[in-house]
Amino acid sequence: MTSASSRTASLINVFSSRVFRVAALASALLVSNALLATAPPQGSMLVFGRGGDSVGLDPANRTDGESLNVTDHIFDSLVSFKPGTTDVEPAIAEKWDISKDGLTYTFHLRKGVKFHDDTPVDADAVIFSFMRQHDPKHLAYASGAPYGYYSDLGLEKLIKSITKSGPETVRFVLGEPFAPFLSVLGMQSMAIVSPTAVTKHMKDFGFNPVGSGPFRLVKWDRNQKITLAANHTYWGGKPSVETLIFRSIPDNSTRLMEMLAGKLDAMDNPSPDDIPVIEKRMGTKVRMAKQPGFNIAYLAMNQEKKPFDDVRVRRAINHAINRKGIVDAVYAGYAEVARNPMPPTLWGYNPNVRQYDYNPETAKKLLAEAGLNDGFKTTLYAMPVPRPYMPNGRKVAEAIQGDLAKVGITAEIVSFDWGTYLEKTRNGEHDMALLGWTGDIGDPDNFLYVLLDKDNAVKPAQNIAFYKSDKLHQILRKARSETNHAKRVTLYKEAQAIIAEDAPLVTLAHSVDVVPVQTRVSGFVMDPTGRRRFDKVSITP
Amino acid sequence: MIFKLLARRLIVAVPTLLGLTLVVFFMLKAVPGDPAMLMLGDRASPETLAEFRQVLGLDQPWHIQYGKFMQRLVIEGDLGRSIASQENVGKIIAEKFPATVELAVAAMCFALLIGVPMGLFAALKPGSVVDATAMTAAVFGVSMPIFWLALILIWIFGLQLDWLPMSGRLGIETTWEPLSNFVILDAIWMRDVELLQDGFRHLILPAIALGTIPMAFLARITRAAMIEVLSQDYVRTARAKGLAASLVYVKHALKNAMIPILTVLGLQFGLLLGGAIITETVFAWPGIGSFLLESVNARDYPALQGGILVTAIAFVAVNFVVDLTYRVFDPRMRVN
Repeated sequence: MTSASSRTASLINVFSSRVFRVAALASALLVSNALLATAPPQGSMLVFGRGGDSVGLDPANRTDGESLNVTDHIFDSLVSFKPGTTDVEPAIAEKWDISKDGLTYTFHLRKGVKFHDDTPVDADAVIFSFMRQHDPKHLAYASGAPYGYYSDLGLEKLIKSITKSGPETVRFVLGEPFAPFLSVLGMQSMAIVSPTAVTKHMKDFGFNPVGSGPFRLVKWDRNQKITLAANHTYWGGKPSVETLIFRSIPDNSTRLMEMLAGKLDAMDNPSPDDIPVIEKRMGTKVRMAKQPGFNIAYLAMNQEKKPFDDVRVRRAINHAINRKGIVDAVYAGYAEVARNPMPPTLWGYNPNVRQYDYNPETAKKLLAEAGLNDGFKTTLYAMPVPRPYMPNGRKVAEAIQGDLAKVGITAEIVSFDWGTYLEKTRNGEHDMALLGWTGDIGDPDNFLYVLLDKDNAVKPAQNIAFYKSDKLHQILRKARSETNHAKRVTLYKEAQAIIAEDAPLVTLAHSVDVVPVQTRVSGFVMDPTGRRRFDKVSITP
Repeated sequence: MIFKLLARRLIVAVPTLLGLTLVVFFMLKAVPGDPAMLMLGDRASPETLAEFRQVLGLDQPWHIQYGKFMQRLVIEGDLGRSIASQENVGKIIAEKFPATVELAVAAMCFALLIGVPMGLFAALKPGSVVDATAMTAAVFGVSMPIFWLALILIWIFGLQLDWLPMSGRLGIETTWEPLSNFVILDAIWMRDVELLQDGFRHLILPAIALGTIPMAFLARITRAAMIEVLSQDYVRTARAKGLAASLVYVKHALKNAMIPILTVLGLQFGLLLGGAIITETVFAWPGIGSFLLESVNARDYPALQGGILVTAIAFVAVNFVVDLTYRVFDPRMRVN
């Protein structure tokens, strides 16, 4: 034996005893654990896998979907939307009367409804829920301020008074008629909150939320899961699912694998490329719940920058971009080409506006008319983060860059992190920028006014095309205060025609919202505004 | 003696950490991006944005903001509230940091248990097949992208074999009322076997993914240190005395090779405490790394300040402990 090999031999002796005992023990533990692997989810438990955790659960000050999808189950609003539609239906308010002038709304509340802390949902609670957002001097204003939606919708100016005209009757008086008012009251941020819980927890109410909804919060394991339990005394009937769990699994691939292993009952935001994988592997065990997205992805051309102030250039770019190609390549077909800056599922949609078919020749001709025979150089902002309406901003930008090159326009793609991106585009630093929008309420005002009215072209702007049309402004203002629905439809159709003529945007796509759901889950209905609701869902064990 | 050393370290650590908060604060302010806009979404009106900034004091000059931060921290021991969630930053960190520590410890255990023996075996006969295999494995370990390794592990052990959970810190049906926010410690303390098993099973895959790079480092450094020590005269003397090879190897050689091994161990562990962003994201692990990343993206200054401060303190503490353990292995250090 050489010295080295004897060294090896004795060393092995030294280690084998300890190391291998540990290893043997560990592997024994592993095997025994493998046998104990988690039992399949119980019949009354539903696990929904999503990309991120909620930020907070005070519905009044949250704007992110991950938070609102949870608060939606904990809280009720005065009115709600019929499942799968944007039609208003009664909720906490059983019925209501609207005065002829459209200024006074009287709500008659459902009797005997209680919050999860057993306090009554009455006129005082409704007034509290609104006044806390409305009045900076309100004792609970600080609990959630600032209230993003409330002030963005201009409600503190619009609502003149909220008064109690009986223990279960509340009267809202508006300063001017505002047609989308009922829809606005159905938004999550207008939820009725327990005054007792708000005053008790104040700034921490968002972590101790108390509402009157179909589920109550049991536990929030930060960045892991939110566990809700069915409210057995819910006025709308006890939900069939006893335990509802929202799990956060940020990585798309991990979430996909959890779904493939059957550990999730439904998953959010599958990447378009993964949908065929799920279909192939899971077969009939999974169905794809689909809904034409209540959204718009667009390319904004900044009219404060040359040459985008020239309508011929904007039209040329509209003709130069192959939208169908983008839908097929980047959205994997899970989108439809957009003609208008609002989705076709929304009332008032106008299919007969000026069309921009893909035609590089027409584009070149228009550019020549604008004196740009040799094309021009410009920058193109690409979104750095995926959004439901734009799964991959970079790829869309590259496709557009290629299309524009064919008509002589050299577009340099630039990108920043999301915060910087929003700041720069809203301050109008871009030439062209990709962005999009998901509707909050079923009203065209929520798309057209927000994205294209000149009121919103003030920096920091939401109208990042900086399109300022007085003609459009007048129509949109009129449509806002008109209470006759048929007249509003006509006005919005007219508005879309004007927008198509002026071409401030290249409307790219309305993405299709897809949620893979295990077939053991029944009753899951996609919601047009992208909410995920599980209160009417049941599970076959 | 230890107290004197501790005191000396503290005197150096305090200005270092203060300087760090200042640098971090300044860098955060220098980076573009507006927390108000990120918070309120792409739809907030200018008035709401202005109100938000005012409520949070973001409209004030940066030195005043920094002053207020320090004042709260020093006088009340309060890290302030997160801009994004309005939650107390100290509370968030108390929840998340233990998850990171637990994962880092598990990863280091894996690295230590595999890496050190691998290096020892390799050093026995440099240039042999064992050595070549171990070192190839080490190079492979260092160069493998973590997210890829993590996904492969999940795919094999989670999806295909269904042996181990794929993500999360605990199973969906495991209940846990945290005492210390450390799952394993709590489970042992409460004698809860189910919780212990569940926590342990959830730790395995992320610990392997996260421990692979330190494991490879340790294997290489152990090998190099051992080869160096084994060529020293006193080792030859020990062998000449007729001591058993194993005794010479472990007691005389390994003990002296421990200094570089400990140094690497300490540095690697310190790094892991800063949060393993990729591992935490892939395994949906609720640690400080993903929290810091979210906070950067949201320009959540108070949350970031707090998170960085705590991880820096942990880093300093780990290095202090490493320094103390040097003294166990090297008597000369006890004198100085």
